[in-house]
Amino acid sequence: MAKLGAAGVVMLALFAAVDPLTPALVLVAVVGVVPATGLRASQILARAWPLILAAFAIGALNALLAPAPNGSPVPLGPLTVGTGNLRDGAGLGLRILGIALAGVISFASIEPLQLADALVQELHAPPRFAIGALAAVRLLPILADEWWILGLARRARGVDSGGSPIAWVRLTAGRLFALLVGGIRRATRLSLAMDARGFDAGVPRTVARPMRMERRDWLLIAGAAAVCVLATGLSLAAGSYRFILG
Amino acid sequence: MSAPPRSELPRAPAVEARGWGWRHAGRRAWALRGIDLQVEAGEHLLLLGPSGAGKSTLLLGLAGLLEPTGGAATEGELLVNGLPARAARARTGIVFQDPATQLVMPTAGDDVAFGLENRGVPSDAIWARVHATLDAVGFPYSASRRTDALSGGEQQRLAIAGVLALAPRLLLMDEPTANLDPDGADLVRTILADVLTRTDTTAIVVEHHVEELLPLITRVVAVEPGGGILADGPPLEVFAAHGDALVEAGVWVPGRRVPPPPSRARPPAETLVLAEQVGFTYPGSTSPALSRVDLQLRSSEAVGIVGPNGSGKSTLAWLLAGLVRPTLGDVVAGEALDPGHGHDPIWRWPARTLARRIGVVFQEPGNQFLASTVAEELALGPRRVGVPEAEARRRAGELLERLRLTHLAEANPFTLSGGEQRRLSVATALATAPAAVVLDEPTFGQDRSTWAELLALLAALRDSGRAICFATHDREFATALADRTLRLGAPRRDQAGGGAGP
Repeated sequence: MAKLGAAGVVMLALFAAVDPLTPALVLVAVVGVVPATGLRASQILARAWPLILAAFAIGALNALLAPAPNGSPVPLGPLTVGTGNLRDGAGLGLRILGIALAGVISFASIEPLQLADALVQELHAPPRFAIGALAAVRLLPILADEWWILGLARRARGVDSGGSPIAWVRLTAGRLFALLVGGIRRATRLSLAMDARGFDAGVPRTVARPMRMERRDWLLIAGAAAVCVLATGLSLAAGSYRFILG
Repeated sequence: MSAPPRSELPRAPAVEARGWGWRHAGRRAWALRGIDLQVEAGEHLLLLGPSGAGKSTLLLGLAGLLEPTGGAATEGELLVNGLPARAARARTGIVFQDPATQLVMPTAGDDVAFGLENRGVPSDAIWARVHATLDAVGFPYSASRRTDALSGGEQQRLAIAGVLALAPRLLLMDEPTANLDPDGADLVRTILADVLTRTDTTAIVVEHHVEELLPLITRVVAVEPGGGILADGPPLEVFAAHGDALVEAGVWVPGRRVPPPPSRARPPAETLVLAEQVGFTYPGSTSPALSRVDLQLRSSEAVGIVGPNGSGKSTLAWLLAGLVRPTLGDVVAGEALDPGHGHDPIWRWPARTLARRIGVVFQEPGNQFLASTVAEELALGPRRVGVPEAEARRRAGELLERLRLTHLAEANPFTLSGGEQRRLSVATALATAPAAVVLDEPTFGQDRSTWAELLALLAALRDSGRAICFATHDREFATALADRTLRLGAPRRDQAGGGAGP
C-alpha cells in the first residue's frame, strides 16, 4: 500500500510541475530506487516500453507542432521551433515518463495478492471485486493457452486466412468469440467453486493476512515526498519552476 | 407440521430427497426428476450413471449451489442434515473436476485460508487450521508454495484440503480424478481413501473408474437420464443384480471390460508422416516441451503416445498433425500421403491441403467447432477442401448416421452432451476423408458407451488402411488399440521417450 502511496505522491508532484527540470530530478530519484525494489531493468522495460515510447512521442510532437513559436528560433531540418516550445515539450515528455515509471515500478513490485489485501483492508474495496479479480488473474495463462489451441484447431479444420486481410479479421473475430465463451465457462466454474467455499455466504469476512502500515511504509511515503519537495525546491532556486496553473 | 426439537437435529438423515427434480434454464427436458433418496450420516455413497444422467446436477443441488432463477425450475424437496440444501451450505463441501478452476490464491496456504476467511474464522485461528489441514492431506510442500508450481494431482490435493479445512459434514466429489494423469489420479484416490477411512463425514462420490475406491464405499446408487434411481444398494449386490443394465446404460462397471476389437486383415503399411529428431520449445519458455523424437505414422497402424502430464504428448500430436512448426528437426510427409512430392514439411501446407490429408481431434471438442448446426459443422471441412456441395452433404449425412447424430443434425454443437460432442468432433475430422487421423485424449471423460464406440470406430478405420495416432492417459485404451506405443519421459528432463520406430 505504501508503494502505491509513494507512487501517488510522485505522480502528483509531476502533474503539478510543467517545467523540464523538476521532472528530470524526480526521474533520477525514481530510477535510483529501482535496485531497492528487486526488479530487473529488463522487467521494467518490458512493461514500460510502450509508455516510454509514448512519452517521447508526445513530448516531441508537442514541441514540433506547437501552434505559436515562442522563445528564440532553433532550426531543426525543415522545421523551426522556438526554445520555449522545446522546453514545454521536454517538460511534458519527462512528466509523462516519470508518472509512467513510478506507476509501473510500484505495480510491478507488488504481488497481486498484496494488492488485493491492501484494497480490501485499507481502501475498503468490496472483497467480491478485489478477490474475484485476483482469482481471475489466475485464469489468464489458461486463456493464453486456449487462444493458441483455438488457432491450431482452425488450421486443422482447413480454415486459414490464406493471406487475405478480410478473411483474417473474420477468423480472428471467431477465435476471439470462442475464447470469450471458454473464458466465461471457466469463470463460471471458478465462481461456483468460490461460492461453494462460502465466498457468497454473507458472513463478515475475516482476513488471514492482517495488514498494518508500519514505520517503513510511512518512511517510504515520506521519502517520496522529500524527493519531490527537494526537486521542486531546486527547480525554484534555479528559477525554472512553473506551476501547472501558473 | 411441527418443527423437530433441536436435540434431534443431528440425527436427521445426512441427505433426504423427496421427488426432487431440476430443469436448467432454457431447457425443455428435466436434467433430473423424481429422485427419492435417503442417506444416513457416515455413509459413503458412490453415485453412478451414464453421461448426461444429471449426476453433477444432483451434487450441485446438494451443495446448495443451484438457484431457481432465470427460468430454471425445481420440484420436490432436497434436505441436507435436516435443512434445505441451500441453508445447510456452511457444512457441505464439494470438490470439482478441474483443479485450475478451484484454486483461488497464488500460494497453497492462502488458498486453504480462503474458505476460512469466508466463514469468518478469526484471523489468529486461521493459520493453525491451515497447517493442520495441509498435514492431514499429506501436502508435501510448505504453505508458501506457489499453486501454479504444483502438478495437477497436487493441485487437486490442495483443493481437497481447502474443502476439508471447513470441516464439512457432507463431502461431495464430482469426478475428482477425471482431469488428472494416472499418477495424479492415484494420488487423489489415496487421499480420498484416507479421508473416508479416518473421518465419519458422509461422502457422495461421482467417479468413473472406481476399483480402488470400492472397498470404502458402503452403497452404490445409479441414476437414469431424466428419470429416477435405477439401482440402489451395497456395491457387490448392485453390480451383481444390475451389472448388465448398467453396462447397457453406458456406466463403467468394475470388472466389466470392453472386449478388444476383432483382428482383421489390413492393407500393407506405408509411411504417411515422418518425424525426424523433432522438438519444440514454446515461445518465451527456456526448457523444451519436447525434444528429439523420431516417429513414423504408417497406414493400417495405430500408434499411442503415452507419458505423464507435461511430457509433451499434445505438443507431439500437434507436430504430427502439421499444426505447429517444430523448433528442432522436422515433420515431413511420406510419398504415400503426398504423391509426387513427399518429404515436404507438413507445417508448410495451407490449411485446406492439411485438412484433406490429416484429420485432427482435440481434447476439448468445443475448440474445433465452427458452425451453428451439427450438419453445417460436418459439411464445413469437405467444402473447405473443395468437395462439391452435393457430395459434401452426402458425406455429412453418412457420418451423422454412422455416429448416431442424425437426430441432432439441426442442433447447435455446443448444446450437445459430452459424449455427443466427442462423437461430433471425431466426425468432423473424418469428413474430409483424411489418410491419417491424430487424436489428443479422445477418451477423456467419456462414459463406457462412447469409449467402446470410439475404440470400434478407430480400429475399423485403421483396418481400412488409415494411420491412427493418439495421445492418451488412458492405459486401457492404449492397450486395446495401439499397435505401437511411444512413451514420453517426465517433463523438464532433457530427454524424450526412446525411439519407437518400426
